[in-house]
Amino acid sequence: MAESYESQWWVSESFWRKCAIFITAGMALVLVFLTFHTLYAIGAGADAGRVPAYSVINYRIDYVPDEERGHLVPEIGPMVPLFGEVMSEEDAKALVNHGKLTVQARNCMNCHTLLGNGAYYAPDLTKAWLDPGWGNEQARELLMTMFLKDPVTNARTFGTNRKMPNQDLTDDEVRGVIAYLKWMSAIDTNGFPANFETLPQDGPVYEPPSEASEEGAT
Amino acid sequence: MTLGALNYGELSVGKKLAIKYFSVAMVLFLAQMLFGLLAAWQFIAPDFLFGFLDFNVNRMVHINAMVVWLLYGFIGSIFWLIEDESGVPLVGAKIAEATFWVLTLAVVIVVLVYLFVQSGPGETATLWLINEGREYIEAPRWTDIGIVVCMVAIFYNVLATFLKGQWSGISGVLVLDLIALAGLYLCGMFYTTNLPVDQYWWWWVIHLWVEATWEVLVGCIMAWGLIKTLGARRKIVTTWLYIEVALMFGSGILGLGHHYFWIGTPEYWLGIGGFFSALEPIPLVAMVVHSVYDAGKHAFRSNNHPALAWLIAHAFGNFFGAGVWGFMQTLPQINLYTHGTQWASSHGHLAFFGAYVTIVVAFIYLALQKLRGDVWMSGGLVDQGRKWKWALVLTHVGMVGMTIALLIAGYEQSFVERAIGGSTWQAYFEGQMRPWFVEAMWWRMAFGVLMTVGVVLLLWDFLTIGAKEMKPMLEVKSLDEEAEDVQVGEVGVAAQS
Repeated sequence: MAESYESQWWVSESFWRKCAIFITAGMALVLVFLTFHTLYAIGAGADAGRVPAYSVINYRIDYVPDEERGHLVPEIGPMVPLFGEVMSEEDAKALVNHGKLTVQARNCMNCHTLLGNGAYYAPDLTKAWLDPGWGNEQARELLMTMFLKDPVTNARTFGTNRKMPNQDLTDDEVRGVIAYLKWMSAIDTNGFPANFETLPQDGPVYEPPSEASEEGAT
Repeated sequence: MTLGALNYGELSVGKKLAIKYFSVAMVLFLAQMLFGLLAAWQFIAPDFLFGFLDFNVNRMVHINAMVVWLLYGFIGSIFWLIEDESGVPLVGAKIAEATFWVLTLAVVIVVLVYLFVQSGPGETATLWLINEGREYIEAPRWTDIGIVVCMVAIFYNVLATFLKGQWSGISGVLVLDLIALAGLYLCGMFYTTNLPVDQYWWWWVIHLWVEATWEVLVGCIMAWGLIKTLGARRKIVTTWLYIEVALMFGSGILGLGHHYFWIGTPEYWLGIGGFFSALEPIPLVAMVVHSVYDAGKHAFRSNNHPALAWLIAHAFGNFFGAGVWGFMQTLPQINLYTHGTQWASSHGHLAFFGAYVTIVVAFIYLALQKLRGDVWMSGGLVDQGRKWKWALVLTHVGMVGMTIALLIAGYEQSFVERAIGGSTWQAYFEGQMRPWFVEAMWWRMAFGVLMTVGVVLLLWDFLTIGAKEMKPMLEVKSLDEEAEDVQVGEVGVAAQS
């Protein structure tokens, strides 16, 4: 009796060994293929439009409903340069990069989440740039700078007393972190976080200096 | 070997090394508990150690200590079983010894830097020397390189030993899995400005470790443990191992996609990740069936009761912690609201404990039995097994209590902060202030203390179990051997008649 079922193919060691090998190899191949496609699609500024070019920090960014996709998506608006300074793609990348290095060097991810990944002791930073807590577009950069320079005095704990410790950020690091957060808010995250309401953004937009004013200056 | 005494000097090279790895692992286990308690208390009293030992440091040490001690437990287990499994002494013993000390020195330096330097300026040098700032793999780049060198050395020991001795199904799976495990670590060793690309590869390390290669590694350890404690039949255990590998990698490799829902990666990951990760519990069910069936088949007649109890705990803990708790939030429709909330920490706590802590503890009990001279560790111990039983109960009650508390907090957070509040900063803090959340943090703290008491008791038991036993270990026969005995007996009877 025992021998009769042990001779069946579905209990044989060699059958399952082959299954293990072929299934693993097959799945790994599919993953490699998808990885090539995904990396192509999420390059900064790639045509897929999922991850913006770094110079997106020169523009107003919003997070608006998309009826076709059924959730919120980032929207790139008119030019509203960060700190009023129009940047080339290289300069913008350098600034965002400094911000990302700072966020890693100060271990921010062990309190905050970025794109929902990290620790749960402090708010998610995915759309921090668009948070209504900053009041309005005109006040935002100043408030963010003040907060990052001295988060203890300018604490925004909404009654929890869970303050952010002072990270002793330099002015350049603060600018970098804000640029990084602005760029991050323009990443297409398939509607995460849901139901997010952005702060009002109706401030003045950038107008390139006209030739007349340039002449006047010279 | 003397019954009940510490027979460290008489152990083989590989087993001595395993004891060293287990010892460091247990020190780090205690450190993990301590820093977990500090971080848990900061949720209740945010001013506690504020500006001195902040939450991000405590949480980082809490999790890094765990990752490292589990790896130490796995490496120790491999060194413990390798000589028995291959039939020859460990090859490259001096290299293995040096690797242990180098690795341990590196761990000590990293922890000291975490605690006393903590962070640095926003420059590449900080990532190389102080902290990489990426969750779970914060170790600075110099340590990454050191870890890879050590892993290559350990891999050499394992491969060379099996090449010299004999191969088995278990060792074949083990060696291939170690290649994948070490190779995947390389995916976390680079810097890029592009956050979605950063997180894409980061998940290759995190997910493909804990939800694929680590699971297969413990599958190997479990298979060997069942043979040792119960005398389970090797053919059946090996076949099960292959089935588990097929199911684990079949679901887990593309299950990686459940981390690619919201990080900027294309929409097809919602379908692929949702589907394959929903299948991930299946191999864990298979492991429960397998181990419980084996234990029942042998009528729980084991030579090491504590080890078998922790192996069974592993089977169920893995299924509930990794399987059920993961499944609950793995579909994108639900994950949209639970991603990045206390749901994840609820799942993380039960999964790491259930899947990995339990099996390392089981293996340490196997090792201690040998260390004490193959002493009796079945029923009726000198202290009636009170210490190991209470340690088992307290750690499990503590862990389940924490898990439920965190889950309640997670439910509340996903409703108040995510679904209603829309994840703004204000909504986040509103969620953190509701009674369900605040009370859950107190319950988590209380159960965390309970679990710590259990861990201290467990370590005390490790130091003392078997010390006063005078009986040798129970001989367990495999069913193969029993069948042979019966046949011999029948032949004998037939010959007499």
